[in-house]
Amino acid sequence: MISYIIRRILYVIPLLLAVSIVCFVIIQLPPGDFLTAIESQLKSQAGLSEEESRKMVDEMRKTYGLDKSMPVQYLIWIKNIVTKGDFGYSFGYRKPAQEVIWERLKWTMIIALSAHLISTLVGLLIGIYSATHQYSLGDHLSTFLAFIGLSFPEFFTALVIMYLLVFRFRVPHVGGLSSPEYVLATWNWAKFVDFLQHFWIPVVISGVAGVARNMRVMRANLLDVFRSQYVITARAKGLKERIVLYKHAVVNALHPIIAYQGVALPYIVQGTMVTAIVLNLPTTGPAFYDALVFQDTLLAGSFLLMVTVVLVIGNLLSDLILAWIDPRIRYD
Amino acid sequence: MILKNERSRKKNSFAEPVKGEAYIQLVWRKFKRSKTAIIGAILVIIMAILAIFAPFFSPYNPLKIDHRASFSPPQRIHFFDDKGKFHLRPFVYNLKLELDPQTWKRIYREDTSKRFPIYFLVRGWEYKPFGIPCKLHLFGVPKGGSIHLFGMDNYGRDLWARIMLGGRVSLSIALLGAILSAFIGSMVGTISAYYGGITDMILQRIVEFLQSFPQLPLWMALSIAIPATWSSLYVFIAIMMLFGLLSWTPLAREVRGKVLSLREQEFVLSAKEAGASDARIIFKYLIPNCLSHIIVILTLTIPWLILAESTLSFLGLGLQPPMVSWGVLLQEAQNLQTMGRHLWIAIPGAFIVITVLGFNFLGDGLRDAADPYSRR
Amino acid sequence: MDKQNEILLEVKNLKKYFPITRGVFRRVVGYVKAVDRVDLFIRQGETLGLVGESGCGKTTLGRSILRLIEPTDGEVWFKTGKGKKLDITKLEDREIKSLRREMRMIFQDPYGSLNPRMTVMDIVGEPLIIHKVAQGKEIEDRVRTLLKIVGLNPRYMRRYPHEFSGGQRQRIGIARALALNPRLVIADEPVSALDVSVQAQVINLLEDLQVQFNLTYLFIAHDLSVVYHISNRIAVMYVGKIMEVGQAEEVYQGPRHPYTEALMSAVPVIDPDVNPERILLQGDVPNPANAPSGCTFHPRCRYAKKICSQEEPPLEDIGDEHYVACHFADDFSLKGIRQF
Ligand SMILES: Nc1ncnc2c1ncn2[C@@H]1O[C@H](COP(=O)(O)OP(=O)(O)OP(=O)(O)O)[C@@H](O)[C@H]1O
Ligand code: SF4
Ligand SMILES: [Mg+2]
Repeated sequence: MISYIIRRILYVIPLLLAVSIVCFVIIQLPPGDFLTAIESQLKSQAGLSEEESRKMVDEMRKTYGLDKSMPVQYLIWIKNIVTKGDFGYSFGYRKPAQEVIWERLKWTMIIALSAHLISTLVGLLIGIYSATHQYSLGDHLSTFLAFIGLSFPEFFTALVIMYLLVFRFRVPHVGGLSSPEYVLATWNWAKFVDFLQHFWIPVVISGVAGVARNMRVMRANLLDVFRSQYVITARAKGLKERIVLYKHAVVNALHPIIAYQGVALPYIVQGTMVTAIVLNLPTTGPAFYDALVFQDTLLAGSFLLMVTVVLVIGNLLSDLILAWIDPRIRYD
Repeated sequence: MILKNERSRKKNSFAEPVKGEAYIQLVWRKFKRSKTAIIGAILVIIMAILAIFAPFFSPYNPLKIDHRASFSPPQRIHFFDDKGKFHLRPFVYNLKLELDPQTWKRIYREDTSKRFPIYFLVRGWEYKPFGIPCKLHLFGVPKGGSIHLFGMDNYGRDLWARIMLGGRVSLSIALLGAILSAFIGSMVGTISAYYGGITDMILQRIVEFLQSFPQLPLWMALSIAIPATWSSLYVFIAIMMLFGLLSWTPLAREVRGKVLSLREQEFVLSAKEAGASDARIIFKYLIPNCLSHIIVILTLTIPWLILAESTLSFLGLGLQPPMVSWGVLLQEAQNLQTMGRHLWIAIPGAFIVITVLGFNFLGDGLRDAADPYSRR
Repeated sequence: MDKQNEILLEVKNLKKYFPITRGVFRRVVGYVKAVDRVDLFIRQGETLGLVGESGCGKTTLGRSILRLIEPTDGEVWFKTGKGKKLDITKLEDREIKSLRREMRMIFQDPYGSLNPRMTVMDIVGEPLIIHKVAQGKEIEDRVRTLLKIVGLNPRYMRRYPHEFSGGQRQRIGIARALALNPRLVIADEPVSALDVSVQAQVINLLEDLQVQFNLTYLFIAHDLSVVYHISNRIAVMYVGKIMEVGQAEEVYQGPRHPYTEALMSAVPVIDPDVNPERILLQGDVPNPANAPSGCTFHPRCRYAKKICSQEEPPLEDIGDEHYVACHFADDFSLKGIRQF
């Protein structure tokens, strides 16, 4: 087991290195950079001549090290990340990339975790209900709804819910996390109520698919466990049905779901991404999107790298968790 | 123990096969029993037919612009006219544009003065299946009338026709991507498990590497790198390749597991014993025995890619106009106000949901049926 | 079988060690010596029965001879149809392929050894296609003939293996092995997965085919009674090593190795007077990764002396091509079986 853990951790180091290189390269793929746009802006708006604007931009390139070759730029970037926690400069926001990300990470986490918690809880409960009432009307209905839930593209769910709220239920303002009049207000009861009125929307939208997924997994797991020998033995021993169900079956059916928690984080972060873009939330998703579109290279790269690193570590954790709770897994 | 006098010479052993039903029959029997699987298959077939014969089902050219008809709403099909009289042949009324006297908004009203009966297999705009000019369409109305079942988009293009055409693009990009992914996944999985050792090590590290990336951000970052100057066809191919090259890892893992267990079976050894080459063993012994897994995963990859394509295109990162796909069509719904006033522009979304649902039903049914010896 | 018959296959000092690995860096910590310094020969036209308990390395030996797995060391000399003597262990892949026409294998598991996705016709015709000896319609005709030879109705050649019974499948496997007119057939427990009544039929079929096609068999079994009638000579294997080889009657009636005697006593016989006492082997079969020193059999041998745990007895000819690996091969009078 120890050897297994060590081996897994040793694997992760070269993996992280490779991943960071690829993140950097991908982000550099589109031709031009942010400063190309600035250059044309200088020409058209500030009325500088071609030469002057070129010179200014070249100057800026030099200050930010953009004139260097790609491998050198990568090395500088990764060195600063590892040694100083400095992810580079975001031209779009005119501040260090990590500041932009940290600022927005707070809301991302709050929304993502709420969506995740709620969808796990609701999904598990429906899954348990469905499995214990197999082939009942409720089971069929929830299985069917789960299929529907998985068939909606997230952005479309967002569109539909927004449409319903605005044009059917006449909700005055959707999108963002507060109505315009509260943006600058200090926190008080009214602002909090307004916040809640905005907050539940992305949580529900990005939770839909999660509920469906968790429900299906839980139902399938439970049915598997029910069929397994020791639940049948436990039943035969005359224990009460409910005790069998909760003590043995549910605990066992939860294994894969617990293991999944390790990788859940990056999935929930990217899960809320589309919703956040459609609803224009102050989270990392829209910032990443803008950074991509406007070639705010280091911001986009840093975000991609962060989510990837979280995913790699999440994968590692869930492998280790699985190996720990399920000793049958072979360590090779 | 063998007794000499028990010798039953081979006369009575000129034997008949004993057990019935081939694998495929068992699968089909189990598949048939699942209602959702059948519904899924039907939905998928309908969508495929609509996409393949898109122009035939479209009375109007999906690319033809008519600015005066911008956002004109869907027309209803009637059986009863305004006097309540029943007509066996369904008909439509033309729409006429009016200004609301109070709000000065443009509103469309049915012009009940003239009925336009719907005829089937009529001649209309020309399209060229395989280069042969053809004007045949499933349905249409006589001259002077119009039949825009799903209304018009911003530029006054027939949305029904655009959805048919978009379906063609959305389905084919997902299908081709899924096939590419199935091909790579099954090859990598098989080779990895069959050769083992260092080959396996390297391929597994590649799989792990690809699985380390969060899907959506990676796809977003890669699709934005597709040069804006490329033609629609190149963008289509690029996105398709992106899907194919990045979505094969789950299949590779599954096939690898399956081949690892097959490799232990004597029939693979028997092929080697007969002198079969590695390629022959892979293509005649290993892959055919994984085919059910491959087909199931292929079926489940398609809806996933449809969702991915529509999301990327909706965000403006995937396919671009003038290319038409369901995701591209939904770009018009990005503005909530537009969608509020012209709800029909969200209809492509319904097509996405129905198609994805169909594939999910089908794939799920296939997965259960592919293992006919299990009880589930 | 005549001693004058020429030797078709000669195995010299053959070894197959499977490495055992441990730890982060997969260090090799030891070896499973599945086949350890085996010497054997088979004469043209005879049947050599190879017996031994489960796990003693019979399958590994058979597969190493055919180079289905790579032997660790040793030589396997085979006399080809053209009269050339070749060391199989030194051949290139391409050369082996052409040799595979002459040496074929029948597998143990009638359920696992036929590709479930190929029809009987494809399975039996496969070697013909691989070695390009027949094409198109010709293949079908050959398959038809082969199926008739092994007692299967060619009408069902378009069916899949799962539609047949175990015995029928084993016949398919035999037809497949015969397709290329081989000279040597290694039959790896061809009947041990079958019902007893079917076993006799398949063994009879193999005997008939041997006469008909002048085949040479290496017939593997874990049970002495199965090989008795079909074998000209018997080889007894124990934990990777050959313990005794000799003419079948000699080995059965006058075994010279204590392990053979023990195996013999376990054979159920009709007449209880002949073999009243069953020798119970003490302890378990040793782990081939950690075989006992000296004579591998000594922890379980009831005649073991001090020298047995210290020195390994070589496989020696005690006369008349009867080979035994025991320090006291000449000293004991061991019990065999006169008749089944
Ligand atoms: N690929 C392998 N890797 C490691 N050990 C192996 C491998 N194949 C066989 N062995 C070991 O080699 C020994 C001999 O196995 P083998 O299958 O040759 O025995 P056998 O005599 O054919 O037994 P059976 O009567 O059960 O068929 C066994 O201890 C087995 O565990
Ligand atoms: S050498 Fe010794 S231990 Fe081995 S068989 Fe002979 S008597 Fe028994
Ligand atoms: Mg064996």
